[in-house]
Amino acid sequence: MKVVVCTKQTPSTTAVFSVNNGAVSWEDSGGKPNVVNPWDEYAVEEAIRVKENHGASQAIALTMGTPDSQEALKTCLAMGCDEAILVSDPSFAGSDTLGTARILAAALEKIDGAKVVIFGKQAIDGDTGLTPVQVARKLGWTPVTYVSAIKEIKGHTITLERLLEDGKETVTTDLPVVISVVKEINEPRYPSFMGIRKANRATIPTWSAADLNISGGVGAGASQADWSHVYAIPAREGSVEIIEGDSVEEKVAALVDKLFEEKVI
Amino acid sequence: MSYQHYFQTEHDQIRQITRRFVEREMMPFVDAWEEAGSFPRELYQKAAKVGILGMGYPEALGGTPGDLFMQIAVWEELMRPGSGGLSAGLGSLHIALPPILALGSPEQQEQFIRPVLAGERIAALAVTEPGGGSDVAGLATTAVLQNDHYIVNGSKTFITSGCRADLVTTAVRTGGPGSHGISLLVIEADTPGFSRSQPLKKMGWWASDTAQLFFDDCGVPAGNLIGAENMGFYAIMGNFQKERLQMSIVANMTAELALTACLDYVQQREAFGRPIAGFQVMRHKLVDMATELEVSREFTYRVAAKMNDGVDQVKEVSMAKLFATKMCDMVTYEAVQIFGGYGYMREYLVERLYRDSRILSIGGGTTEIMKEIVAKRIF
Ligand SMILES: Cc1cc2nc3c(=O)[nH]c(=O)nc-3n(C[C@H](O)[C@H](O)[C@H](O)COP(=O)(O)OP(=O)(O)OC[C@H]3O[C@@H](n4cnc5c(N)ncnc54)[C@H](O)[C@@H]3O)c2cc1C
Ligand SMILES: Cc1cc2nc3c(=O)[nH]c(=O)nc-3n(C[C@H](O)[C@H](O)[C@H](O)COP(=O)(O)OP(=O)(O)OC[C@H]3O[C@@H](n4cnc5c(N)ncnc54)[C@H](O)[C@@H]3O)c2cc1C
Repeated sequence: MKVVVCTKQTPSTTAVFSVNNGAVSWEDSGGKPNVVNPWDEYAVEEAIRVKENHGASQAIALTMGTPDSQEALKTCLAMGCDEAILVSDPSFAGSDTLGTARILAAALEKIDGAKVVIFGKQAIDGDTGLTPVQVARKLGWTPVTYVSAIKEIKGHTITLERLLEDGKETVTTDLPVVISVVKEINEPRYPSFMGIRKANRATIPTWSAADLNISGGVGAGASQADWSHVYAIPAREGSVEIIEGDSVEEKVAALVDKLFEEKVI
Repeated sequence: MSYQHYFQTEHDQIRQITRRFVEREMMPFVDAWEEAGSFPRELYQKAAKVGILGMGYPEALGGTPGDLFMQIAVWEELMRPGSGGLSAGLGSLHIALPPILALGSPEQQEQFIRPVLAGERIAALAVTEPGGGSDVAGLATTAVLQNDHYIVNGSKTFITSGCRADLVTTAVRTGGPGSHGISLLVIEADTPGFSRSQPLKKMGWWASDTAQLFFDDCGVPAGNLIGAENMGFYAIMGNFQKERLQMSIVANMTAELALTACLDYVQQREAFGRPIAGFQVMRHKLVDMATELEVSREFTYRVAAKMNDGVDQVKEVSMAKLFATKMCDMVTYEAVQIFGGYGYMREYLVERLYRDSRILSIGGGTTEIMKEIVAKRIF
C-alpha cells in the first residue's frame, strides 16, 4: 500500500496580494515566495505518519503545476516523503478545478498501489476546496472530507474521524480512499537539514500530458469556470477612539456608555 | 560574480528553516526563560530533530554535514530572540564536542557525540578554574591514573550548561607543570565524586545555567581520555578558534538587534516636539553604530571564509573577536542611551542586549588575551 499526498505550491502566508485591472499579483517580504500550500503541511505530515504508523510502503508527494513547483516538492521530501512527482505540461495551464482533478486522477492511476490519497482542506490561493472531491469522483474512489484523525487501516478498510461544526464523526470505508484533512489532525514536523540537503540533490520526475495519455478536457480552453471579474474588497471604514479617564473605573464606565450608545451591547 | 557571496541557496534554505523553528519554538517563550534562568530540556530534542544541533557534524553520527557558513546561518538565526544565554546554553555542545570529533576514537565519538546531537544528552566544556581562566597552561585540577581509572581532584567554574550537563569535556593535569601536562577527559555527570553548585547568579546570559563543578576523588574510566595523554593543551587551543568565531558572530548579531531596535525607536519617540531621529547628533550616533557593525560583520565573514578553506586564522579570528565584542559593547551601550529611561527597563530588548554583551569580551578568551595572541604574530 502506498500513500500519496497531493499538494500545491502557493504563495506563503506572509504574501500581500493586490488586484489591478482584474490581474492578481503578490509581494512577499519573506524572500521565499513559493511554499507548500500551508493547509497541505498537515496532509504531508499525515502521509508520513501513515507510512510510520499504518504500514504504508511509501509516501509520495504529487503536484500538478509549473516546473518551479519542484521547490514545494523538495520541502515534502525534506519532511520525509520518499518520492515526489511533478505533473507538468504547457497544455495544463489555466485548468479549472475539474481539469486539475482530471490530471491528478490520471497521475494517481499511474501510481501502482496507491490506496490512500491525502489532500489539504483547501488551497490558500484558489480556496475552492473542490479538488479532493473531484479527484475522488474521477477515480471512483470514496471521498472523505474534514478528516481529523486516521484511526486504523486494516485489510481493505480505513477508519477515520471527521471534525464537523457540532461534533465528531467516525467513518469506516473501503480502500482506496481520497481524504482531505483539517489542521487539528496533527502538528507538522519541520523539514530537516539533512532532508533539505538530500532533496536538493534528488531528481524529481516530471510527467507530461503524453505520459498520462491526456488529450483533452484540461487547460484554459476546457475550463468551464471563468474568472470574469476579480476585484479587491474595498477597505472597511473604521476609526479608533481612545477612552480617556483618571481611573480604571472611570474609563470602564465611559467605555460601557459608548458600547451602549453604539448598540454593541 | 563581482564580489564574494558567502551564503548560497542551500544556506538560505537552512536559515529559513531555522528561522521558522526559532519563531515558533523559541521567540514566544524567551522572556519567560530569561526570567526563569533556564529553558526546557526538551528544546534540545526539538532542535535536534530539525538538525539544528548537528549542523556541521558527520552524518554517520547523526549530524548534517555542512560548511562553516551553514553553521553561521544557524548560529545567526538562533540569536534572533535576543538571548545570548539561550544561544550559549543550547550551543554548549559546540565547544564540548569538537575535541572529541577531532581526536576521539570511533567508539568515543559514537558514545559521546551521537546522543548529544540527538538532544538526549547535554554537553559542556570545562577549562576555567576558580584560580584562573586565562592561564590555561596553569590549570590545577589533577587526574592521576590508577589501574584503569583517572582519579580527578579539583574544581572548574563558570561552566556553561554546567548545572545539567550529562557529560563534560574537562581539561585536567595528568603530567608536570605547564602546557605539556594537560589532557582532556570526558567526565560523565553520574560519576561518583562529581558534584556541582547551584546556578551561578549572573549579570547577563540569564537563560543559560552556569555552574561550578567539583571533582572529589572522581574516578573516570581511562577510556574517556580524548587524544593522547598530555597533549590536551593543543586540542583546547585549536577548539578556541571556532569558539572565537562563534563569539564574533554572536556579538555582530547582538549589535544588529540593538541597532534595528534603535532605528525603529528614533522614528517613534518624540522630544521637544519632533522625533528624536530629527536630531543630527542622534543620526550620527546611529551612523557610527551601523558603520562599525558593518565593518565587523564583513571582517568576521572574511575570516570565516578563510577558516572554511583551511587557512590559518589564529591572528585574524582573535582580531575579529576583540573587534566585534568591543563594537557590540559600544552599540548596546548607545542603544540603551537612545532608549533613555526605557532602555534601562527589563521589558525592552536593548536592556538585555546590553547586559548580554558584557560577557563576550571575557568568555572564550578575554580581550587582553586576544591582544597577546595578536601581538605574538605581528612582531
Ligand atoms: C495559471 C492558472 C490559471 C488558472 N485559470 C483558471 C481558470 O481559468 N478557471 C478556474 O476556475 N480556475 C483557474 N485556475 C485555478 C485552478 O483551477 C485552481 O488553482 C486549481 O484547480 C485548484 O483549486 P484550488 O486552488 O481552489 O484548490 P482547492 O481545491 O482549494 O485545494 C484542495 C486541495 O487540493 C490540492 N490541489 C489543488 N491543486 C492542486 C494541484 N495542481 N496539484 C496537486 N494538488 C492540488 C490543494 O493543495 C489542496 O490540498 C488557474 C490557476 C492557474 C495557476
Ligand atoms: C557567563 C560565562 C560563561 C562561561 N562559560 C565557560 C565555559 O563553558 N567553559 C569554560 O571553561 N569557561 C567558561 N567561562 C570562563 C571564561 O572563559 C573565563 O572567565 C575567561 O577565560 C577569563 O578567565 P578568568 O575569569 O579566570 O579571568 P582571569 O584569567 O583571572 O583574568 C582577570 C583579568 O586579567 C586579565 N589578564 C589575564 N592574563 C593577562 C595577561 N597575560 N595580560 C593582560 N591581561 C591579562 C584578563 O584579561 C582579565 O581582565 C565562562 C565565563 C562566563 C562569565
